[in-house]
Amino acid sequence: MLNTFWPICIVVSVIVSVLTGRLDNINNSIFESTGSAIELTITLIGTMCLWSGIMEIAVNTSLIEKIKRVLRPIMKFLFPNINFQEKEYQEVCMNIISNLLGLGNAATPLGLKAMQTMQDKNSEKDKLTDSMAMLIVLNTASLQIIPTTVIAIRTSLGSNNPTKIIVPVWIATLSAAITAIFATKLFIKLEKRKKAK
Amino acid sequence: MISYISSIVMPIIIFIIIFSAFSEKKKTFDLFLKGAKEGIEITLKIFPTLVGLFFAISLLRNSGTIDIIINFCEPFLVKLNIPREILPLAILRPISGSGSIAIATEIMKNYGTDTLIGLIASVIMGATETTIYTIAVYTGSVKIKNTRFVLKAALLADAVGMLTAVAICRILS
Repeated sequence: MLNTFWPICIVVSVIVSVLTGRLDNINNSIFESTGSAIELTITLIGTMCLWSGIMEIAVNTSLIEKIKRVLRPIMKFLFPNINFQEKEYQEVCMNIISNLLGLGNAATPLGLKAMQTMQDKNSEKDKLTDSMAMLIVLNTASLQIIPTTVIAIRTSLGSNNPTKIIVPVWIATLSAAITAIFATKLFIKLEKRKKAK
Repeated sequence: MISYISSIVMPIIIFIIIFSAFSEKKKTFDLFLKGAKEGIEITLKIFPTLVGLFFAISLLRNSGTIDIIINFCEPFLVKLNIPREILPLAILRPISGSGSIAIATEIMKNYGTDTLIGLIASVIMGATETTIYTIAVYTGSVKIKNTRFVLKAALLADAVGMLTAVAICRILS
């Protein structure tokens, strides 16, 4: 996607700057942009290091089992077609826990593994099952307890209260996630009704 | 109240994790180092992407292209009560993760991190995902073309998340 988006941005910008007579601005922005990238990366490294380290500890404790137990009734509601004894449940569950803990890099491989396991049992190989659709929608909902990246950005720009946004983020994420879940459930029902007719 | 809860979340989570690891007699510091090393790799991996995207976004802004796009969408934004400065982030957020990091940083740098605009940008970044990219990766990995309603449901959720973000920040500030 960036292979189309990126060149378009640059070509259009240069044309616009010639038309509006802002070529000087462009020259400044070329060097300014690399500076911004370096500043951000340096602060991000610190936060990401600390947080990945702490989460690595969390993953190795019994906390994960406890979260799994708490999630069970919710998972039953979200994935009525999944057998709780089987490995797909473990994979889906670990994917969601990794998302909650902000371990995006661990979440994706786990989610993709769960997709593969579900695909093996899928009777219509070129169509998503209900559970697969729910898994994808949940993964687009950014269920993160602590939005570390934003906090790091805010810190790097000298915010006097970088964590101020945590509760507002929860409220916004939850309303998005609830919308996602109910929209998915509703669409599944509608499709079934259509089929029945 | 909200800012109090926001400020105690991180310390509490860190405490619970470290305390339970310590009481289960895990090698806490070794585990920490292992995770921290991965943290460096993750960040360094996105550095080239960030340079490329910061460059493109800085060009878009300094050439005045973003202003042209925003002016075009202005009537629509006013109806939804969204500040015009947020638009580039709202458009880019579902498409590219590093792109939205770059643009959110730009917005906060220009308008401040704790102004209404800075707060909205922060909450949108924290509360939404790179929807389109995620759907592409997940369906692509099992080679499924019929994605049913997934894109509709996910984009609807993003829109709700963004509008909620704007509403909460307006109430807070």
